[in-house]
Amino acid sequence: MKVKVKLEKRQRGLNFQDLILQLSQFWVKQGCVLQQPYDVEVGAGTMHPETFLRVLGPNPYRVGYVQPSRRPADGRYGENPNRLYKHSQFQVILKPSPVDVQDLYLKSLGAIGIHLKEHDIRFEEDNWESPTLGAWGIGWQVLLDGLEITQFTYFQQSGGIDLDPISVELTYGLERICAFLQGVESVYDLRWSADKTYGDIRLMEEQQFSEYSFDRSDAAAIRAEFELHEKQAKELLNGFKTAEGKDRVRWPILAAYDHCLKCSHLFNLMDARGVISTTERAALMARVRTIACRTAAAYLEQLTSATPRREVRA
Amino acid sequence: MKPVANEKRVELLFEVGCEEIPAGMLPKAEEELRTNIEKLLSAESLSEGVTVETFSAPRRLTAWVRGLLAKQPDVETEVTGPPKSVAYEPVGAPTRAALSFAEKQGVHVSDLYLVQTPKGEYVAAKQIKLGRTAAQILTAILPRSVHDLTWPRSMTWTGLEGARFIRPIRWIVAVLEGKPLKLSVGGIPAGDTTRGHRFLGSSAIRVKSFGGYEKHLHSNGVIVRPAERQEKIDRELAAHAKRSGLDIHEDAALRKLVIYLNEFPTVIQGDFDPAFLNLPDEILVIVMRDHQKYFAVEKKNGDLAPHFLAVINVAGDSKGIIRAGHERVLRARFADAQFFWTSDQKCRLADYLPKLERITYESRLGSFRDKVERVRAISRWLTEQWFNLGMLQAHVAEADRAAELAKCDLATEMVREFPELQGIVGGLYARAQGEPVEVADAVYDHYRPVGLDDPIPRNLTGCAVALADKLDSVVGCFAVGVVPTGSSDPYALRRAALGIVKIILDKKLPLSISLSIGAAAKALVTLKPKRGVTPAQEAQILEFILDRAKYVFREREGFGYDEVSAVFRAGADDLVDAQKRLVALKAIRKSKNFEPLAVSFKRIRKILEKANIPAKDGHHVNPDLFESPAERELYSAVRDAATKVQALKRAGKYQEALVVIAGLRKAVDQFFDGVMVMAENEAVRNNRLALLAELLREFTTVADFSEIGGEERR
Repeated sequence: MKVKVKLEKRQRGLNFQDLILQLSQFWVKQGCVLQQPYDVEVGAGTMHPETFLRVLGPNPYRVGYVQPSRRPADGRYGENPNRLYKHSQFQVILKPSPVDVQDLYLKSLGAIGIHLKEHDIRFEEDNWESPTLGAWGIGWQVLLDGLEITQFTYFQQSGGIDLDPISVELTYGLERICAFLQGVESVYDLRWSADKTYGDIRLMEEQQFSEYSFDRSDAAAIRAEFELHEKQAKELLNGFKTAEGKDRVRWPILAAYDHCLKCSHLFNLMDARGVISTTERAALMARVRTIACRTAAAYLEQLTSATPRREVRA
Repeated sequence: MKPVANEKRVELLFEVGCEEIPAGMLPKAEEELRTNIEKLLSAESLSEGVTVETFSAPRRLTAWVRGLLAKQPDVETEVTGPPKSVAYEPVGAPTRAALSFAEKQGVHVSDLYLVQTPKGEYVAAKQIKLGRTAAQILTAILPRSVHDLTWPRSMTWTGLEGARFIRPIRWIVAVLEGKPLKLSVGGIPAGDTTRGHRFLGSSAIRVKSFGGYEKHLHSNGVIVRPAERQEKIDRELAAHAKRSGLDIHEDAALRKLVIYLNEFPTVIQGDFDPAFLNLPDEILVIVMRDHQKYFAVEKKNGDLAPHFLAVINVAGDSKGIIRAGHERVLRARFADAQFFWTSDQKCRLADYLPKLERITYESRLGSFRDKVERVRAISRWLTEQWFNLGMLQAHVAEADRAAELAKCDLATEMVREFPELQGIVGGLYARAQGEPVEVADAVYDHYRPVGLDDPIPRNLTGCAVALADKLDSVVGCFAVGVVPTGSSDPYALRRAALGIVKIILDKKLPLSISLSIGAAAKALVTLKPKRGVTPAQEAQILEFILDRAKYVFREREGFGYDEVSAVFRAGADDLVDAQKRLVALKAIRKSKNFEPLAVSFKRIRKILEKANIPAKDGHHVNPDLFESPAERELYSAVRDAATKVQALKRAGKYQEALVVIAGLRKAVDQFFDGVMVMAENEAVRNNRLALLAELLREFTTVADFSEIGGEERR
């Protein structure tokens, strides 16, 4: 036991879980709602409704959350030290964007143990775009001694809708930052907690999901699932058009969005499996985008007509 | 109007403080800000004697204006009113008309005076338009000078009603002769407070003049002048290289970029594991340059050394923390490249061919798999042509194989990760997997030349594949209506056409451009997507390629505008032949007979055009209808010269042929001196026109002299 304590003292950098705690605490102090990861497979924190939908409309909002992000084509069977089927993002949305947002962001780096004056930190042009979500923004990737640690974006559009006010989206790449802090070369060597490594906790998942998405998924079944989710999303969105009164206020636009997210993930699975032809690829992406854009428009319409909460209280 | 002298000169400091502006856009923005300010000052008659200098760094655009008049000149004008007879009673007292004119002009009636005009004497009043102060004018001009900057893609950081700029504007400095101006840009009020380097300086520095601004910023970690930053980078790069006895792997574009990526550039050296030197140099250099903005260093023999030079944006790295970070990132990048290098080659390059079906070239032209088949067909056609002409290096099978493999690397992980390595990766894999060197080199080179300064593929097989690929791109895109416009050329067709021209000329390839277009069109209609090319489109493509060729001859090879026009008018389907004729024409043109003969040819063309006789039309000359010796002499001179010229032309001796043609000058001059072409007798007249037509027909096949010496001559 004694030996272990000594070892811990010599270890540098925050544990993976402490990194999450520090970032959470920092942004909670900045008035953020601390949210939880979304419970549907997503490719990025942006797809969480707390970003995709909350940035729409006029209401101010600040939120932070961890989002495990699945990118089936990036899986490497747990054999590559830097590439993952599923990585974790810490996502912050500040709406409207504060004037000192860059300084705030830099302070957050200080909070996780990065001494700003000892490093070369820069904001290098990198505009972000998600063709399946009809979303894009202008901004940078933040480089810490040459390492990309954060995507920093002034959101311009979400679901094809011009945003007003503008939100800032900060997406921290947790594994990378943690590896930097701990000075380890492989993500699997990261200390997650005092006595567990990232590999202890996640390696099996990486191996199995890489195996699944590259070699063993049933492409025909996935395709059929895509069609089913698209169908439900469309039915819900069509229903909203004619819904009235109380029905309209409670109409499950959020469920339509869940189906949209499912479609996006299923598309990624098909892509990783290598079963999408050229022409089909663009067409499938356009189909997901159409649902995403319709969802955004419906959400905004519902938001401006009445808020669900008021209805419940009445 | 006459300006009233007012000579006090003042200095302006103007700074737009921003969140980090993309480095690649700063040089243009800096230049544009300068011209905007100059233009706006000029429109306010304030530009005389003024020096405007602009500078930029990631977080700021700065303008320094010197020698500005403190105040616009006052301008005195005279306004004429009613005639004297209306304005004054005969006794001299002002009438109502004079009183109301004076009132309207805001002057006392006694200040009116008389002026003499062509219509008689009139009443006049003097008006002095007071010049506005520079401060007043700048308040309006400066926001405009920023607003008018053009960016590839602007943004808003507040909302739809908010300002638009390349990145959020956070502060404005506008100080005129020590005093802050009252203005605002993008919703930010101006002041006299700038900000230093994010980590090296204060975030609030008051400034009164440019001199102080530059000095204070320097001590707060910002070198204002890009030229000074460049000098610092160059000096430190050289010092590092010298210390380790190495050379910088030269990269002009990177040198320029790092000037604008940093406010306080400092060069540090890092190392990497020499084991990575097993990877091809091309890959190492691109990973360092494109992804990390590092300079590679090489030994005297040109081999890469296991070090890199990074330009960082802080004053130094005494603890080596930054260096360690950069080394770590590079290690991961190289490890990735190493991983791709191995994993990509678990299967052979050709095995990637089916995967190309999933990569679109252009939606209507299908996938790269489809393109490969077309490029193969065109490559075979080209090499067969050359083989039949006796070119020993024309290897049909090798060209076909290279074309088959050329695009395979697009499906590899390496190219997906490093797209700028397309072609190179395929070539390296092909070589490593034992394809013939000729094939591997052809794959490696087939995107070349990517510019006029880039070399062409090193072997004929590579030239065939490169030509075939580019021909297919140009013909395919034109066929589906993707035609380059002034601002948009998404498939880089201009570059492709220039590449075609450059390969043909550099390699001196016998090739008919129109037949090549035909071969590409045939591939497009017989193979996927089975799309036809109309004759009008083929003509359009030919013109497009020939336009590039004209450009190359004029801008790169230094031929005159008229020389190029003259030769192209005589035909340029075979560019190598056209080039020979250009050389001959340029050489002969200095001889004494040439320019006068060119004038005569021009005259002949005009006469024929006026008489409505097409030059190609072959009316026969009837010697019996000649009336004067000059006609007969010209006729025999033409016949005599024609035989010689044809023989010389066949032998490719264009200069000699032109000498013979130039020798016609005397006969032509005598003809025009002694013969009236437009004779009254119709038969005689037509016969003379036929003679001129024949002359033009016979002697404009090397170059059409009637184009020589036009106004567009350079």
